[in-house]
Amino acid sequence: MSRIARRFAALKQEGRGALIPYLEACDPDFETSLTLLRAMPEAGADLIEIGMPFSDPSADGPVIQMAARRGLKAGATLPRLFEMVHAFRKNDPDTPVILMGYLNPVEAYGPLRFCEDAARAGIDGLIIVDMPPEEASVMQACAAENGLDIIRLVAPTTDDARLKLVLSHASGFVYYVSITGITGTRSASDADLEAALPRLRAATDLPVAIGFGIRTPEQAAAASRIADGAVVASALLKTLAETLDAEGRATAETLPKVLAQLQELAKAVRG
Amino acid sequence: MTNSTGTNSLRNGPAESGHFGDGLGGRFVAETLMPLLLELDDAYKAAKTDPSFHKELSFYLKDYVGRPSPLWFARRLTEHCGGAKLYMKREELNHTGSHKLNNVMGQILLARRMGRKRIVAETGAGQHGVATATVCALFGMQCVIYMGAVDVERQQPNVFRMKLLGAEVIPVTAGAGTLKDAMNEAMRDWVANVQNTYFLVGTVAGPHPYPAMVRDFQCVIGEETKAQMQEKEGRLPDVIVAAIGGGSNAMGIFHPFLDDPSVRLIGVEATGYGLDSGKTAASIERGSRGVLHGNRTYLLQDENGQITEAHSISAGLDYPGVGPEHSWLHEIGRADYVGATDDEALEAFQLCTRTEGIIPALESAHAIAYATKIAPTLSPETLLVINISGRGDKDIFTVADRLGVKL
Ligand SMILES: Cc1ncc(COP(=O)(O)O)c(C=O)c1O
Repeated sequence: MSRIARRFAALKQEGRGALIPYLEACDPDFETSLTLLRAMPEAGADLIEIGMPFSDPSADGPVIQMAARRGLKAGATLPRLFEMVHAFRKNDPDTPVILMGYLNPVEAYGPLRFCEDAARAGIDGLIIVDMPPEEASVMQACAAENGLDIIRLVAPTTDDARLKLVLSHASGFVYYVSITGITGTRSASDADLEAALPRLRAATDLPVAIGFGIRTPEQAAAASRIADGAVVASALLKTLAETLDAEGRATAETLPKVLAQLQELAKAVRG
Repeated sequence: MTNSTGTNSLRNGPAESGHFGDGLGGRFVAETLMPLLLELDDAYKAAKTDPSFHKELSFYLKDYVGRPSPLWFARRLTEHCGGAKLYMKREELNHTGSHKLNNVMGQILLARRMGRKRIVAETGAGQHGVATATVCALFGMQCVIYMGAVDVERQQPNVFRMKLLGAEVIPVTAGAGTLKDAMNEAMRDWVANVQNTYFLVGTVAGPHPYPAMVRDFQCVIGEETKAQMQEKEGRLPDVIVAAIGGGSNAMGIFHPFLDDPSVRLIGVEATGYGLDSGKTAASIERGSRGVLHGNRTYLLQDENGQITEAHSISAGLDYPGVGPEHSWLHEIGRADYVGATDDEALEAFQLCTRTEGIIPALESAHAIAYATKIAPTLSPETLLVINISGRGDKDIFTVADRLGVKL
């Protein structure tokens, strides 16, 4: 069983959903993001998503755009990111790590080499935002050979016929994009989410995590109860950004503030 | 607009999946947009085979856009260069001053068929934005234009024009504040407003079906050129030269000639400060394959797959990518892609103005620069057509600034 499957199975036993925080690689610098990554499980992260910075994140709102920019400025590259996860894995063999980003840097690195190096670093899954199932053939085989799950996004616009196609390419878990929009903007209501889930449940046995627009502990608790997990990205990145000094460097407040917010989210998710 | 002329035709692309050749083009977008692209593909296919759609489009192209545009024999420019006989396809005479309206007219009629009420578009030079704002005024539709903040500065007259036409112009400060960033922002708007919004792409790029659809709407340029040259010279032209930003004016004039192997097709990229200066918009000559804005094509990028900023004096060519069908024509060698620098374009801008009394857009000036460079090397029997994609009124401030003139 993969780390991702094991983690969702264990949480099911506990009777709760997963909290999945997001951080951007090298935001605002390599050391700070590695320290944050290492501290996240203790603060309540059940799985962790790491953003691969890209120059043109066209599905992201201003908060993730700025985080990606800071990451790139601090020298984020895929080898640096693999190094970061490798260092994390030395002390944490269990918490699943998922990379999220865009296809171009992956293609530039080479899809096969990417999957091999990602697996070797201890990465468990990939979310490649601009790679729909129709365009996934370059990644599908090498991801599978290296034990990496390709996590599929499902959107409110995905109709039933398409849902089948998308799910036939999914593994690990399904990421339900709760709104039509970019990251860090609107939020879906609990009622919207309650209404959306049965359609997904009927179509897949995979765990479902909800993302986009989850900010508060209450929203995280509701999403992780309605589905099997809640992804929180922009809210944490915004807190991080607010702690930086005028030059965009980390301060003594950076880690404590982000981790305190994560603890609040975790407390709510754990009920 | 039915392009296929047999199984060996070069005009049959893209495949049903939206791919040209080996994996170029395609649909690389977030899942939220995929169903919309499939819907658009269906709607466009239905319109394409509907005679009433073509009838309506022909009506607007003739009486509103002002087509056909003339094919002009540029006598004084020909004499100045010595060599090939230079013709100009006068797209600058279209309403709003560029070829952009050909595509916009087609897409706005499609958007209306699809029942969309709100139009979003990206723009670089502002010509596509002006064309889009124009048809939105014509049909009483809401219009939102994303434009890089740097471009807003250097294309003030077009910004004001769009506002007069009732459009909302949103300056984009992300990245370098040029066309690439405007494209990102327009895609973000579309994702957030899928229910009522139509994304009106301005060039032969973006996810399928945009590259094919925009090409089809621009093919009127090449079709007319073919007929007009037949009438004037009784034969096909020998060389066609067009500037390449995203590639829509070039694709429009190239495509009807793809199956005529005697016709040499030359796309002129903006090489900015020089091909090896690192400050260019030469995506084919200095780029490599990659994925951006929904398609796989040639891009300016670094070794980590981060997109690099383009540079050109001309806002309409200042884009680090190029339409995927051009990348394919480059790979199979059917078209040649060359460059003209900022300085060469400036010089050609002035030359064309003085010899022909036509003030060309700085974009088109790149094509003129290359055409006038090779003309002396060609025989006087050679028929060379330059696509004058737009007029240069919008550029006089940039040109004055470069020439040290205060307006
Ligand atoms: C007059 C003119 N020519 C050319 C271009 C470049 O676009 P394309 O390569 O799609 O024709 C533009 C773009 O704004 C333009 O305004």
